[in-house]
Amino acid sequence: MDWQAIALTARLAALVAVILLVISLPLAHWLTFSRRRWTFLVESIVSLPLVLPPTVLGFYLLMAMGTRSPLGRWWTESTGHPLAFTFEGLVIASVLYSLPFAVQPVAAAFAQIDPSLREASATLGASGFRTFARVTLPLSIEGVIAGLVLSFAHTVGEFGVVLMVGGNLPGITRTVSISIYDHVQALEYQQANQTALVLLAFSMLVLMAVYGLRRRPWAAAPIA
Amino acid sequence: MTLAVSVTKRLGPGSTLDVELVAPPGITMLFGASGSGKTTLLRCIAGLIRPDQGRLAIDDRILFDAKNGIDVPVQDRHVGYVFQQAALFPHMSLRDNIGYGLHRLADDERQARVSTIAESFRISSILDRPPAQVSGGERQRAALARALVTEPSVLLLDEPLSALDQTIQSRIMDDLRRANEARRIPMLYVTHSHREVYTLGHQAVVIDTGRVIARGTPHEVLDRPEQSVLANLAGFENVFDAVAIERRERAGTMECRVEGTSTELEVPLNAAAVGDRIRIAIRAGDVLVGNEQPRGLSARNVLRGQLIELSAHGPTMVAVVDAGARFVVHLTPTGVESLHLKPGDHVWLIVKTYSCRIVVETPWQHS
Repeated sequence: MDWQAIALTARLAALVAVILLVISLPLAHWLTFSRRRWTFLVESIVSLPLVLPPTVLGFYLLMAMGTRSPLGRWWTESTGHPLAFTFEGLVIASVLYSLPFAVQPVAAAFAQIDPSLREASATLGASGFRTFARVTLPLSIEGVIAGLVLSFAHTVGEFGVVLMVGGNLPGITRTVSISIYDHVQALEYQQANQTALVLLAFSMLVLMAVYGLRRRPWAAAPIA
Repeated sequence: MTLAVSVTKRLGPGSTLDVELVAPPGITMLFGASGSGKTTLLRCIAGLIRPDQGRLAIDDRILFDAKNGIDVPVQDRHVGYVFQQAALFPHMSLRDNIGYGLHRLADDERQARVSTIAESFRISSILDRPPAQVSGGERQRAALARALVTEPSVLLLDEPLSALDQTIQSRIMDDLRRANEARRIPMLYVTHSHREVYTLGHQAVVIDTGRVIARGTPHEVLDRPEQSVLANLAGFENVFDAVAIERRERAGTMECRVEGTSTELEVPLNAAAVGDRIRIAIRAGDVLVGNEQPRGLSARNVLRGQLIELSAHGPTMVAVVDAGARFVVHLTPTGVESLHLKPGDHVWLIVKTYSCRIVVETPWQHS
């Protein structure tokens, strides 16, 4: 059993889930409640990872992180090392890759709130932030938790993007799914099976948690 | 405090809300059919939607002024709003709901105010329950308390009682009247029920297709509807197109024939000349029914007809009688019983001249 890969994956997924929570709350709020005409454009960009082959996303991310791109140059200059094939690079790639899995459940939960509740809050003198904290967020907490769990789980399971951006460096970028792939390549089916079983059990637990919490069928299905 | 409103807002293709009104302290009923723009007007005043043009002010405090680019955000307007479906926060107890707008007050001060207002709205005993565990009437009373406890400068009510049954409605109307006596602020009350206009309003403003078509006391507006739109709204179930056939200047009456029939009605005299088309509105409750020809009556309109349909609507029996023209008549169940009325029977209809109102078809422009 590749404990190093499991620990690394857990650390990556937890970090990504927390970052996504911070990003997805304001983003989903804006997407749900903004009356601007071009929200659909942002919506499409956010949902892109749902349909894009992970290798395509990984390829462009690799280009963007390379020392020839402005982002890659800036990162190298300010940190002293390149972004590609590092843990930080992997975090950024995973955040983008799992973005729709965090934003969509949250946005869907926001959208099902009766609009008159937010309006009532405003007429009672509540600021935009107070309305969000006291009405919008508590009434969509299930969606927020679903987003958190799904982005964690989705990050754990990613493969293509990790391989493109992170490569396969033990303790730095070798995640569980890469480790399984490695074992299979080396014909070590026994080890591959052990790690795969851990992932299978974990995925099942996550889905049971989400469905059990929401008590509604297909709650975890992202609405594309 | 007085609310001054003068706004325009496009409602959709070809329809625009264009309303000017002044609401003094007391209850002003905004009366109109659904889709007439009355809810849009309330939402403009609250700041939930932005008018295209115009000005909104409470005394000299300006809420909105398109010319000077003033648009005070909803949360700073200090305008109370009671929604049709109460809109209580489902995840909070009634107590937290009512205290929601008092978040700037200290805890004990807030609790004291919540308790006081809960008492006056008779919901003290259920304050710790969530909205899902109280009745519809209790929910609406909590919503009223929640809006009033913040001591708003204006209270806006959007059909707050339309989902409740009549007994509960009248009890909440009493609550509202008492609240209005305790704190004199302008209250704008949107409704499409003429019953509510009569029982609650000090002033009635009638809105049709985005414009004010009549205003005055409820009795001024509803008892003598001058337009057929209003006649329908005000509960005049019978509206007939007719032609004036004879003017009786001395009697102050006029004989008319209902178009497409030989039915003749005597109505109060107005400016119509012989041959002019007019429209006559009669309340279903103002028509009497007899099962034999009445004698010795002062009523001039006695018509023979056949009972076509008889159905119960709550405590009212609704009869449709074909007397050349079709009349809708409201009766009490005991009235129906004592006359042994059943569909197919020949009956006599009695209508007083002054129960016939003459209405015009086109809404006049209010200046």
